[in-house]
Amino acid sequence: MNTAINNTMSEIAKETYQTVGKPLLDSPKMSIKNTNVFYGAKQAIFDVNLDVGHNQVISMIGPSGCGKSTFLRCLNRMNDTIDICRVDGQLMLDDLNIYDKKVDVVELRARVGMVFQKPNPFPKSIYENVAYGARIHGLTDNKVELDELVEKSLQRCGLWKEVKDRLDEPATGLSGGQQQRLCIARAIAVNPEVILMDEPCSALDPIATATVEELIHELSENFTICIVTHSMQQAARVSQRTAYFHLGKLIEVNDTSTVFTNPEHKLTEEYITGRIG
Amino acid sequence: MTLPTLLIIVLAGAGMAYMLGRMRSQQIAKPIGGVRNLASLPSYYASLMGLWALLPALLLIVLWSVFDGAIINSLVRAELPIEAKSLSSEDLGLVMSQVTNAAAGIGPADTLGVEYQGAIQKLSSLNSTSVKAMPILAIIVLIVGCLLGYRSIRATHNARYGVERIFNVVLIVCSSIAIFSTFGIVFSVLFESIHFFQKVPFTEFLFGTHWSPQIAIRADQAGASGSFGVIPLIVGTLLISFIALVIAVPVGLMSAIYLSEYASARVRAWVKPALEILAGVPTVVYGFFAALTVAPAIRNIGDGIRDWGAENGIQILANLSVSSESALAAGIVMGVMIIPFVSSLSDDVINAVPQSLRDGSYGLGSTQSETIKKVVFPAALPGIVGGVLLAASRAIGETMIVVMAAGLAANLTVNPLEAVTTVTVQIVTLLVGDQEFDSAKTLAAFALGLFLFVITLALNIIALRVVKKYREQYD
Repeated sequence: MNTAINNTMSEIAKETYQTVGKPLLDSPKMSIKNTNVFYGAKQAIFDVNLDVGHNQVISMIGPSGCGKSTFLRCLNRMNDTIDICRVDGQLMLDDLNIYDKKVDVVELRARVGMVFQKPNPFPKSIYENVAYGARIHGLTDNKVELDELVEKSLQRCGLWKEVKDRLDEPATGLSGGQQQRLCIARAIAVNPEVILMDEPCSALDPIATATVEELIHELSENFTICIVTHSMQQAARVSQRTAYFHLGKLIEVNDTSTVFTNPEHKLTEEYITGRIG
Repeated sequence: MTLPTLLIIVLAGAGMAYMLGRMRSQQIAKPIGGVRNLASLPSYYASLMGLWALLPALLLIVLWSVFDGAIINSLVRAELPIEAKSLSSEDLGLVMSQVTNAAAGIGPADTLGVEYQGAIQKLSSLNSTSVKAMPILAIIVLIVGCLLGYRSIRATHNARYGVERIFNVVLIVCSSIAIFSTFGIVFSVLFESIHFFQKVPFTEFLFGTHWSPQIAIRADQAGASGSFGVIPLIVGTLLISFIALVIAVPVGLMSAIYLSEYASARVRAWVKPALEILAGVPTVVYGFFAALTVAPAIRNIGDGIRDWGAENGIQILANLSVSSESALAAGIVMGVMIIPFVSSLSDDVINAVPQSLRDGSYGLGSTQSETIKKVVFPAALPGIVGGVLLAASRAIGETMIVVMAAGLAANLTVNPLEAVTTVTVQIVTLLVGDQEFDSAKTLAAFALGLFLFVITLALNIIALRVVKKYREQYD
């Protein structure tokens, strides 16, 4: 299937774009080279080159429709579920070429977990939600281990104290913030290496947002995190590096403090000062 | 003037009233500075005036058509000679119909005596008055309505409220027609059933294991005692419905899952209408398919197995007997019939499962089939159960296939290779042909109808409950 994609891609003209700042790192966790994404005939991402560092938080900002979510969904091949979406380029996770046709998507997604914009707990119990991934991947051998994994995952998300007496209750009964932390617990229960977060706080109130941001900060000790956000304050609070996208192009990548205090590119400056939005 | 002509005249009058109302409201609007100074748009004034003209006249025509027969009848009855008034209600009805015939000039005029001539003349004069009076009255009402509507057009009068209210009432009336006809049917079945239960004890009907509705007409007739135990019919109905569901639920569900989760848009565009065509095949076509193709095929296969068993000395198989009318044949064909029900309802609920749940599952690294088994299917399950229950009530109520393929013998058996009969089949056979409406045999049809109604109603209520509970899960 991949060769078919590549053949089709070669027929479509590709624009190149030189990103300003420091898109590349020395020993990256993920390395994205010359990546283009198409929806049918429409190109959504233009020639993106970007490295993601080990146990770092990188945030992706930019105006609506700039392709930052599309880009994020390439990193664990979630775009495969969209028929007309085609990805071209080299995307590496350590030594693994993500879009190689031999890659097992299931294994890839176990290594690169995802948290979505709207909390989407399964209509099952709290326990079953967290245990879901572990059951699918056979991570535990018995009930005791599974119990431990569920407890550990919930504890890491600061949810254990709130839900330990009602693990059998439906997860849909939790508040929005609790649901989103449950979704994060569900993702880390699989013990991924990278966690992708697509605007994880946009459906939450400020207090729940603060809790989740705190959690992201703690998780970055053990996980590599890519977060798409609309909130520049959030990007500034949680991430070490920030990437600015504009109309499908990666305009600028730099340390978060540099991007927000001393942007190199005019578009970045206009965006963070509120003139594009 | 005939009724259609009158209706056309009334409608035309209402149309003219609409035009007039429009003109009048614009005429009023002009001196005060245009339409924007009116309380409502001209079309509302016009509609209100049109409705003022239409509705009272229409109501008069409807009421007149419904009640004039009864009123004329009672007036004529008062004119009957004294001895006719002491007649029993059946004989009185006979006399009345003779009077009616005489007034209409049908049949020999002299079957009734001179003393009835008063009634006959009264009837014909009342009839002709009624025929003449109704159009005149209706048109008068139409004109009065027009005038009232015309006068109500004022710049300060808000016609929107009136139109909205009338529209509301029209909608209520339409929806109550459906409700009242349901009630009417239920009550008519209920009353006839009560008559039946006066002849046959309720417990015998409900718990009896023998069904043989033939009743001796003469005292010396043999072998027709009449027994009304509903159990064999219920068992037959449930057996066939069960077989149908065993066929339809897996096939329908799988095809729904394929269509909603796996099929490409092009395949879906072809397969879904094709499945819906299956739902459009008349049940009688399924019926002869069952009776002429499936049932003989099953019997032939059964015979083949029996012969093979006999040759090889396998006693169980050698004793196999397959009836040429079998529950299996009817059940299989009925199952094929309700596949589209199950698949279309399941398809809807599976599509209603939010994409975010699928994404969540894929994001954790599950495969498509794991996602379907562990997330989509459980989330859709209550809705699917609702769909299956609706399909079950359809199967229980289905008549044509079982009439043709399952047979009439009320055997109390769960062997799908034997002939059984169902509640609906028995209702058909009880009511086909000449019947007297005071025998237990005929009335039994109503009791069976009531019984069937209660069962399907219960199933539908459960199905709706389940579906409703399911809806609350995401919102």
